[in-house]
Amino acid sequence: MTNEQLKLKSIEYRQKLLTCIFNCKAGHTGGSLSSVDILNVLYNEILNVSPETFSSPIRDRYIQSKGHCVEVLFVVLADMGFFPESDLLTMNQYQSHYIGHPTRKVKGVEQNTGALGHGLPICVGTAIAAKLDDQDYKVFTLLGDGEIAEGANWEAAMAASHYKLDNLCAIIDNNKLQITSTNREVMNSDPLDAKFESFGWAVREVDGNDVGALKVLMQSLPFEKDKPSLIIAHTKKGKGISFMEDVLKWHHGVPSAAEYEQAMAELEAAKAVILEEQVASLVNE
Amino acid sequence: MALEDIVILNEKETRAGFGEGIYELAKTNENVVVLTADLAGSFKLGPFIKEFNNRFVQCGIQEANMIGMAAGLTIGGKIPYTTTFANFSTGRVYDQIRQSVAYSDKNVKICASHAGLTLGEDGATHQILEDIGLMKMLPGMTVINPCDFNQTKAATKAIADIHGPVYLRFGRPKWPNFTKEDGSDFVIGKAQVLAEGTDVTLIACGHMVWKSVEAAKELAKEGISAEVINMHTIKPLDTEAVIKSLTKTGAVVTAEEHNIIGGLGDAIAQVAARNIPVPQEYIGTNDTFGESGKPEQLLKKYGLDTPNIVAAAKKAISRKK
Repeated sequence: MTNEQLKLKSIEYRQKLLTCIFNCKAGHTGGSLSSVDILNVLYNEILNVSPETFSSPIRDRYIQSKGHCVEVLFVVLADMGFFPESDLLTMNQYQSHYIGHPTRKVKGVEQNTGALGHGLPICVGTAIAAKLDDQDYKVFTLLGDGEIAEGANWEAAMAASHYKLDNLCAIIDNNKLQITSTNREVMNSDPLDAKFESFGWAVREVDGNDVGALKVLMQSLPFEKDKPSLIIAHTKKGKGISFMEDVLKWHHGVPSAAEYEQAMAELEAAKAVILEEQVASLVNE
Repeated sequence: MALEDIVILNEKETRAGFGEGIYELAKTNENVVVLTADLAGSFKLGPFIKEFNNRFVQCGIQEANMIGMAAGLTIGGKIPYTTTFANFSTGRVYDQIRQSVAYSDKNVKICASHAGLTLGEDGATHQILEDIGLMKMLPGMTVINPCDFNQTKAATKAIADIHGPVYLRFGRPKWPNFTKEDGSDFVIGKAQVLAEGTDVTLIACGHMVWKSVEAAKELAKEGISAEVINMHTIKPLDTEAVIKSLTKTGAVVTAEEHNIIGGLGDAIAQVAARNIPVPQEYIGTNDTFGESGKPEQLLKKYGLDTPNIVAAAKKAISRKK
């Protein structure tokens, strides 16, 4: 996809996940919005995963450790064709598989997650399995920046480096807010780069809401031979919606009807800007 | 089998049965991977590591990460066996087992040595007496506590053939080894009736099976006929065997190297209460932590020995109406 197509895709995902959350009156709005661009680039540009290849032993693996931001994952998986988008109308409802955290009952999900600090250890195991079998598939996980406080991450960080897992890439959705307050106030994890580097990781920082930059960076994986890769993706919680960006209450906030309409209108306006730019660039050519 | 036919072949550590079992299994199943949290020696993993070094994952002292890594290895098609002491295998990493393994139905085999009081000198921190309860409460978890070396070896191999999470519990000390050397008398989920009897049923797991055999022999001298059942698989429980035996004898003693709250005894009591209520006596620790000492000293202090099983059997019989 071109960067413009990716940008439009991100807007589409934001609209769809907000619709999910608005319909079911529950969800992790801010964190889903902050990580949209990361999942967009992963699934549309990087991962060799599709409904047809999902049972292949050499598929890339994506395990979403910050499981609470399930809305973005389900929206992207629906777009990839793992299940009909209409299934998402049942989200969070009684007897629906589309529950508030990732579950393998939903096609395309590798692992049940939700309790924080589980994804990275699991990815270390899967990356070791790939090495044992001499396969070159890659293993990805998305971590929350608040989640980094969980100690199991640091056990896994140590082991990933010990076993030289350059087939492993962890991405931190560094939106700098967690349920109570800022990370800095709740439990400061800075400096993330120095911490992971000292654990033996190859670390890169990127604007995690810039699909073009994310794409270029992820295409260059692994960053260094014999080292696990960490992407610190600097994002905005609530990205794309003016009144949600960097506002704590949208961690778990559900928009009212008026807020939902405004949010959708803002996204439509953003889409129009991109389309206008496209037209302008064509005219200039 | 008659009681007099049950004889000690030798004395070996059950954990050594794991070491031999995993070595033999690895020869025939190339998907088997062994992880350890710095306790390869305790699990007698030397031969495995020597021959299958590429399938050995040293995790260091990182039990939580080890369980997560095991879950991840299944996503790469492996059958991971994790090894550490029973307390670090369960209580320390309960959330990892619950979320990453059990809830996700991962084919992880959690193998735990040094369970119970017979760990001995290291004392209460290392003597978990709650692990059977913790593990059997997890949906989908198979819980096995074999009685001797031969059976631990057989169980180590057998659990590779069933899909899903398994908790395999065994111990540290040398212990009477008396089941079949080829393990042919072990079937997961199938109670092993070691001796038939009519007056009382002794149902035990792990090290307490041999103590129950000894107790049955003592009872026989006094003309009391005890049925001895080795309930190596605590979950899924062979309820049919329990009902059949309790219907016959009308009284039961359960014996386990575990807290009587939430262990084998409670599993049997649940079957009895729902199907054939009979007098039951419990042999096990009673809502307490352990302490340091020789295995036999500790088993005696906490009532997990042959004389106490004999007394409990008589008491259960006396309570029959």
